[in-house]
Amino acid sequence: MADLIEKIKDSGLTGRGGAGFPTGKKWEAVKSTPGKKKFVIANGSEGEPAVGKDGWLLENYPEEIIAGIRLALETFKAQKAFIYLNKNYFEKYSENLKKIIRELPIEIFREPGGYLCGEETTLIESLENKRLEPRNKPPYPTEAGLENCPTLVNNLETFYAVAQIAKGEYKQERLYTISGDVSHPGVFELPENWPIEKILHKTLNWPIEDFFVQVGGGASGVILTMEELENKVTGSGAIVVYDRKKTDPGTLMKKWLDFYFQENCGKCVPCREGVYRLRELLKQEEINWELVKEVCLVLREASFCPLGKSVAAPLESLIMKVIKR
Amino acid sequence: MPRPFGARNDKNFMEKINIKIDGKEYSADSGQTILEVARENGIDVPSLCYHPDLQTRSTCRMCLVEIKGQKDLKTSCSTPVAENMEVLTESPRINRARKINLELIFAQHQEECPDCVWFFNCQLLKLAKRFGVKITRFPDRKIQRKITQCGPIVFDQTKCIDCRNCVDVCPVDFLSVENRGADISIENSQDEWKECIACGQCILHCPVGAIEGVGEFEEAQELGIKKKKMRVVQFAPAIRTSIGEEFDLKPGEIVTGQLVAALRKLGFDKVFDTSVGADFTTFEEAGELLERLKSGKNLPAFSSCCPSWVKFVEFYYPEFVPNLCTSRSPQTMLGGVIKNYWAQKEGFKPEDIEVVSVMPCVAKKYEIKREEMKINGLFPVDKVLTTREIAYLIKKNKIDLKNIAAGEADDPFGMPSGAGVIYGASGGVFESALRTVYFKATGKNPAGDEFKRVRGQEGIKINEITIGDKIIKSVVVNGIRNARKMLEELKKNPQAFQAMEVMACPGGCIGGGGQPVPTNSQLRKKRAAALYDIDAKKEFRCAHENPALQKVYKEFFVSEEIIRPILHTSYAPKKKSAIMTLKNSKETR
Ligand code: SF4
Ligand code: SF4
Ligand code: SF4
Ligand code: FES
Repeated sequence: MADLIEKIKDSGLTGRGGAGFPTGKKWEAVKSTPGKKKFVIANGSEGEPAVGKDGWLLENYPEEIIAGIRLALETFKAQKAFIYLNKNYFEKYSENLKKIIRELPIEIFREPGGYLCGEETTLIESLENKRLEPRNKPPYPTEAGLENCPTLVNNLETFYAVAQIAKGEYKQERLYTISGDVSHPGVFELPENWPIEKILHKTLNWPIEDFFVQVGGGASGVILTMEELENKVTGSGAIVVYDRKKTDPGTLMKKWLDFYFQENCGKCVPCREGVYRLRELLKQEEINWELVKEVCLVLREASFCPLGKSVAAPLESLIMKVIKR
Repeated sequence: MPRPFGARNDKNFMEKINIKIDGKEYSADSGQTILEVARENGIDVPSLCYHPDLQTRSTCRMCLVEIKGQKDLKTSCSTPVAENMEVLTESPRINRARKINLELIFAQHQEECPDCVWFFNCQLLKLAKRFGVKITRFPDRKIQRKITQCGPIVFDQTKCIDCRNCVDVCPVDFLSVENRGADISIENSQDEWKECIACGQCILHCPVGAIEGVGEFEEAQELGIKKKKMRVVQFAPAIRTSIGEEFDLKPGEIVTGQLVAALRKLGFDKVFDTSVGADFTTFEEAGELLERLKSGKNLPAFSSCCPSWVKFVEFYYPEFVPNLCTSRSPQTMLGGVIKNYWAQKEGFKPEDIEVVSVMPCVAKKYEIKREEMKINGLFPVDKVLTTREIAYLIKKNKIDLKNIAAGEADDPFGMPSGAGVIYGASGGVFESALRTVYFKATGKNPAGDEFKRVRGQEGIKINEITIGDKIIKSVVVNGIRNARKMLEELKKNPQAFQAMEVMACPGGCIGGGGQPVPTNSQLRKKRAAALYDIDAKKEFRCAHENPALQKVYKEFFVSEEIIRPILHTSYAPKKKSAIMTLKNSKETR
């Protein structure tokens, strides 16, 4: 038991929520920070378009998720754990989860807001019934999270992986959500170091037509062309395939920006103002690409939280590689 | 107010560390933020939302810095220093981000510079110049937003940059952040149980002048027209050590004489000192305190000079209304004395006199309009201008306050006791009363610094004061959040105190909502210290020693029937006041 954290570290596991922080380090921080209480949170907020792996796990491997949470509870002697689910997942999976949880100190919590609640400090604010927006870091949740106590926040898939590590069954695999212009969309469990190309072939999703992909998430993911498919998948493991002929880049940008416009909390200048301005700028007949790029820059460099920082990557890469401006 | 990192408040954790900023070595306290260390060492890191009085929110993103070894830029206001940290506060990368960010901020803010609290000291304009910002690349986004007024406070959403300082500083949670994303707005509470107490702290802490006192500064300009036969001005204790800041003088510089001269130059017929009014207040209040101590009724006795505090009690804790002393606040006290005693003596009708007060306070604008203030159907004070407004007028009339020959305030209300002057600092009202209580109880005047213990900037000062055979359990409070704590304490334990002084603003009136911007604890300390300097040098330190006061009592206030209506007022539980819409919002996007 004592060496679970060592095992996690040895496995090289990184958080599956998107940020990719080394899981072993996070666990160690929670373990070593003294606190009156400690908390464990399993994040199943999954609010980004084109990502569905947490739902898939809830459907197929709920026991494993709870095994992982239980290991965390034991490792930290934590008071309580939460399974944090978006509204859909909450409706769909609560009953079944409860049957598995039984007497364990695990509460299933229904997410009160949208995408941003998946960000770990916003998630904690929501558990404390505050306005849904991120906190300053430091202090990090591992030092002062829920009720200002050391708190572990991991993605559902991370707990699933930890359960496998504990059993010695971890195979360095991760979950990929494949969608878009493909013939076999779905969630697939494959080696984490496979290039995109290989994944698309293996899942029988290699498109014949001219295409590009968005990798990481359906809003925050970066655009890669057919020539860049030797790369690995980052973020929360999504691959969205776009048929070039069928895809209008303008519509795509509008879709992303509408999403960010809807989901940003309004706390910081770059994201609140930047997303608003980008939407306006892209409505113009003559688009001022220079200004668009400048606003992207400030979003990436100056936003308070990962939501704002992530607005730029898809836009910048689409503009550069597909629109070619 | 809680701060996430505050080595300075938390001496136990203090540890010296070394950091490098822009290539130079500095020593810092662990727990300080990068911004604090930079500022201490004279490095000008731009900031808008940072305020030393408040918890760090990091909403404006102007204070970005680069930290060696870290991929992302970090906000220096929220990042604690660490051993051997290497920080860059300027670089092409930082400046590019700051510049566009600033443009985005500007595009939220409808400029109305000549009419702004910050006109002479605007951070936004300074930053725009520093970063060579083009203000016009984005159309103003908030032109169509609404402007509301509650009591004497005007909230202008067209200028707001959503930093939330006002929300955090408001002691009664009257302001809140509503909606999300670009629709975010700061709203006045519609809650029937929440009311603005007009303290004006939100004005002081707004970095961009989106909140102001009513009439600031349009109303000040109307002063040009004299409406009545006799126009009198009085100025509050706390002005004399703060207004200098508006004219580039050192904080805490005493400018009583220059202020008097400038007021005279502005065309007032008589210039009186509200500190003399304070002496009257002290005299009456000391009497009340003694009487209540004797009868045991309506204890603890609450001070009542601060109209925000009075309103707070009337609205939020009506059960404590009888505890408020009925003695008037200094400005309405003196207003009443002027329009009754002095008018009669000088051969004016009360309605022939216009009394203008220069106050460190926005709530005083509200106070003078209270029906309870009327004497024979007439308000004792006709108009209140804040420190900021009078400074604005002085500048506008090209009067050089710095170099003007000092004048003296007019007889008979030009010479206050030391007690009347320290009214401007937290503890001053109570200390003044104690000096007179001491005299009334023992027949002797106390030593000047006998009651020194009640001074200072701390929010809650609890003391047992011994006078003769009496022990007075007292508490001196500044800040309404602290006052709330004490009232809750009193609910549990009504015997906890016998006397309670409350000022709504931090440090008392020297930190008042009408004072110059910026504000912070260092400035407030200096303003207060200067008031005590004046006091220390006075021949008369006690209110009852003031010859002017003695004369008026002898000639005029000879019976309770005359004293009551002019020197006292009344209070009653209050209902929520209306929120007026001065300009309605239209479709915003
Ligand atoms: S980047 Fe800023 S506005 Fe956007 S979601 Fe994060 S905190 Fe809110
Ligand atoms: S004037 Fe005082 S009470 Fe009113 S909103 Fe501003 S801070 Fe709050
Ligand atoms: S009114 Fe001023 S202090 Fe309040 S949020 Fe707006 S800019 Fe900030
Ligand atoms: S001053 Fe640091 S974010 Fe505003």
